[in-house]
Amino acid sequence: MKEIKRTLTVSQKKDLAVDFFFRVVLILMSVICLFPFIHVFSKSISEESFVIANKVVLLPKGFSLNAYSKIFADSSILRSMFVTIVVTVSFTLIGMFLTVCSAYALSRRELKGRKIITFLILATMYFTAGTIPDYLLMSNLKMLDTWWCLILPLCFAPYNLLIMKNSFSSNIPDSLVESALIDGAGHFRILWSIVVPLSKPIMATIALFYAVGRWNTYSDALYYIKQRTDLRPLQLKLYYLVVAASESFQAEGGSVGVLTNPEVMKAACVMFATIPIICVYPFIQKYFVQGTMIGAVKG
Amino acid sequence: MYERKRQATLGKGNRALYFRKSWQLYALLILPLIFTIVFKYGAYRGLTIAFQDYKVAKGYSGSEWVGFDVFERIFAHRDFGKSVRNTLLLNILDLIFGFPMPIILALILNEIRGKWFKKVTQTLLYLPHFLSWVIIGALAYQLFSVDTGVINAMLSNAGGSPVPFLQDDTWWLITYVFIGVWQTMGWGTIVYLAAITGVNTELYEAARVDGAGRWKQCLHVTLPCIRSTIVTMLIMNLGRVMQGSFERIYALTNAKVTEYTTTIPVLIYRWGITGGKFSEATALGLFQSIIGLLLVLLSDYVAKRLGEDGLL
Repeated sequence: MKEIKRTLTVSQKKDLAVDFFFRVVLILMSVICLFPFIHVFSKSISEESFVIANKVVLLPKGFSLNAYSKIFADSSILRSMFVTIVVTVSFTLIGMFLTVCSAYALSRRELKGRKIITFLILATMYFTAGTIPDYLLMSNLKMLDTWWCLILPLCFAPYNLLIMKNSFSSNIPDSLVESALIDGAGHFRILWSIVVPLSKPIMATIALFYAVGRWNTYSDALYYIKQRTDLRPLQLKLYYLVVAASESFQAEGGSVGVLTNPEVMKAACVMFATIPIICVYPFIQKYFVQGTMIGAVKG
Repeated sequence: MYERKRQATLGKGNRALYFRKSWQLYALLILPLIFTIVFKYGAYRGLTIAFQDYKVAKGYSGSEWVGFDVFERIFAHRDFGKSVRNTLLLNILDLIFGFPMPIILALILNEIRGKWFKKVTQTLLYLPHFLSWVIIGALAYQLFSVDTGVINAMLSNAGGSPVPFLQDDTWWLITYVFIGVWQTMGWGTIVYLAAITGVNTELYEAARVDGAGRWKQCLHVTLPCIRSTIVTMLIMNLGRVMQGSFERIYALTNAKVTEYTTTIPVLIYRWGITGGKFSEATALGLFQSIIGLLLVLLSDYVAKRLGEDGLL
């Protein structure tokens, strides 16, 4: 009895050790990915004196929501959040409309000129005009310092078109479209009543590509939004407040605990911009993984 | 004669039928094409100012043509060589340290049997990919700054001296590459994990029958089977070696580090957007686009020659 037990452990001991080692490596890596967020979050809800003394590492010391109440009292930060939400929603809606329409048309094999049109759209992905020509175009279209420069130029992405087109070609049975055509349905009708309802997962994926991309990008706002500070999206606002630290927080009333040190405010601002992403992240992650895999398989 | 005439009318009839059946497909393409033409092809027009002495007041048509003068001027500029060197340096360092990490992590993840454990670690590892560079830059300053950063606080508690992670040129380079690895290592595993799921399980069984342990299976089954994915990813990354992320550098830059932060996109921004030297900045951008396009085409050609899928 004892003999058997020992031979089992001998053969499995190494396996268990390797397993344990791998798990330790992965836990370590995950901690490295998570630590910055926990640290900054703890900082943002700690009492100021502990933060100034560099006492906050992992867990918050003391408890204070002063920094957050200051953020919600700062109209310019709330305004930039509003700008980001409006821009992201309209950007995603317009982008989805254009992508779905073009992806369906270009996935139909009977379309004459399909190859050349596809090439004309996708070629812009590999040879971009560049920052300055884009800037001058915005200037010539009188779009600098408007809502439009944050919405229109980037809202039709060839890469997303490619993914959606491939997905339509492989997931929508040709016979289904053919039979609907024979029954007298037009392509508008087929797209709206057959293709779109059948493609919900890929639509969710592409919509999220658009939305998260728009939410996170700040370089175009940095180039195009100069005078109208009320049109700064959240990321750009955060850049000026925290990274460049060239802008100070609007101190509105000092009745509840005046913060003298910007560190807690900075931490709270970072969290204010990060928490929306972290909240939706677990739910959208799966769609991103699928989209990336479709993108990796080129067609 | 009659036959040919009949065919012609038939052809015309076919065409009319084709358009009656397919005009809606073209209608669907109108708006996307307008967007492409206005915002992508419309911007190409601006490239002409790389060959002009562009003055905003005179516009595209009024400015004077100067041939390749602008290019000669920027090639002679002292920042030009530096920006090319930095772009290549940062990308190659990214490749050396960032490329192997996802492969190693994917191989380790593949060995983990616990479903729950795997899911949680993957979720955490993917997280940095979803954050903007501004947030990552802000986090970096919170962690790495000399006076208030938590890493330096821990170092000084342990009796060490503070490290200028973001304020010294060499340290900045290390921190920059580290942050890049941190951001991409988890997300990069997806492609390799997908490739690993495609490996025929019979191969593992055969290897086990031959007495191969986990290490041997990994070395002789998994790695050879995902080799083509690795090669394709490597070639694609090499093709992008002249490109650079403006947002990443800009979010991590400060006045104290100057040696490695001037890359081509940063120089374009400095010359063009803040300096108003539009011709010079456009010429520099055009230079970068052309080299970038050539590298992408070359890497695609190499990938196809090696029997891989390529990327175009």
